[in-house]
Amino acid sequence: MITAQDLKLTGYRRPDGRFGVRNYVLIIPVDDLSNAAAEAVAHNIHGTMALPHPYGRLQFGADLELTFRTLAGQGRNPNCAAAVVIGIEPKWTDRIVKEIAKTGKPCAGFSIERSGDLKTIEAASRKAKEFVHDASEIRREPFPVSQLTMSCKCGESDTTSGLAANPTVGRSFERLAAAGATLIFGETTEVTGAEDLVMELCETPEIAKQFKAAFDDYQALVESQGVSLVGSQPTEGNIRGGLTTIEEKALGNIQKAGRCTVVDFLEPAHEPRKPGLSFMDSSSAAAEMVTLCAAAGSVVHFFPTGQGNVIGNPVIPVIKLSANPLTVATMSEHIDVDLSAMLRIEMNLDQAADATLQLLERTINGRLTCAEVLRHREFVLTKLYRSA
Amino acid sequence: MTHGILIHEPDDDVGVAVADLAAGTEIGAVTLEGQPVATVRLVDAVPLGHKVAMRDIPKGKDVTEYGRVIGVATKAAPKGGHVHTHCLTTKRWTS
Repeated sequence: MITAQDLKLTGYRRPDGRFGVRNYVLIIPVDDLSNAAAEAVAHNIHGTMALPHPYGRLQFGADLELTFRTLAGQGRNPNCAAAVVIGIEPKWTDRIVKEIAKTGKPCAGFSIERSGDLKTIEAASRKAKEFVHDASEIRREPFPVSQLTMSCKCGESDTTSGLAANPTVGRSFERLAAAGATLIFGETTEVTGAEDLVMELCETPEIAKQFKAAFDDYQALVESQGVSLVGSQPTEGNIRGGLTTIEEKALGNIQKAGRCTVVDFLEPAHEPRKPGLSFMDSSSAAAEMVTLCAAAGSVVHFFPTGQGNVIGNPVIPVIKLSANPLTVATMSEHIDVDLSAMLRIEMNLDQAADATLQLLERTINGRLTCAEVLRHREFVLTKLYRSA
Repeated sequence: MTHGILIHEPDDDVGVAVADLAAGTEIGAVTLEGQPVATVRLVDAVPLGHKVAMRDIPKGKDVTEYGRVIGVATKAAPKGGHVHTHCLTTKRWTS
């Protein structure tokens, strides 16, 4: 059996002491208007990546704060070596620059008003070029698993997720938690029917109470709209795969936590405060959840799937696991860990966790995941309510 | 492969087909550790990943999987029958 302490990990040490497993120079637009300039810079400068998105204008309150935290979080993420931030005006641009700069990594902001796109693109491209030269000389160095922050979220689940792929993540997380890693899970509405089990995993009644408050809030939000989640949860893909009710889906979902203790409750896109497994209040939509995990500083992600969700993320490698023999056969280019032998009882849970941790080690050390090779870079901001 | 159904807890009302199963066949159900639990003769064809009733489930009964209630039967399902949205529904969000 492989313990997590056995993993030989290498990564890029950042000025705040955290370790990244990728080494990107990110070009982050503050708002929809700045996507064109950000993408032009990424086109000009090898080794950079733009993160275009549709929001950042006339948001307010908690929704605005979450957008800021999510955007700044990408730059703060240890997989990011340096960041260029581009916004339409300087004030909000500076807010994001300042948050990223707190990590000590290089970060520069550019605003488009009173310059226009072309001058902004030139200035930002010159800065990005500098950042890439510097980033290209950062070398990998060994780091202990206790310095690893990672996350999980399942998608296009079916009954094979609950039988095999999710428990495999759970067993892997148990070993990683025992070695002192920092772990994130969430999906607030998707634990409906198993919320009491999540509460039982919580280390203290206070954490259980925080989790339950977030859970109840979301149920109340749905009810306030005069609707229910029937028809959305389970999804049509889940139903096709044999899942019938939200309770059944939830019981499969929480297998990802294994027998870990939930040591903290986090608001969306907040960085974990301690090692062990934290529950982050989050959407169950795949790209939104993984984007929030990246914002929270996760550097790599386990994504178990049944019917074959093809998601990736620009900032963090997404490792996909599936035990559905049909999915593994028909969508093999998307599946990093084939667990279909578990359904045949030819691979047990510990063997599955061994295979998963081995691939985690290789991925951390630089092996590209299916999603990275296929250029899946779904970057999706969570919107809490309508903009002004 | 000597089994066609995996079952989370031995007393669960439903198990999961791990291959496309044909009606009329006698199929073995085992736990995730491979311990035999029962055999059932399939009443319906059940596709990979879909659930099979391990016993007769009357209308109105709570249905268990993972040793927990996953919903309520809206129609009776015979032992060996396909259990899905046509006969099982959530107990949540129903007000």
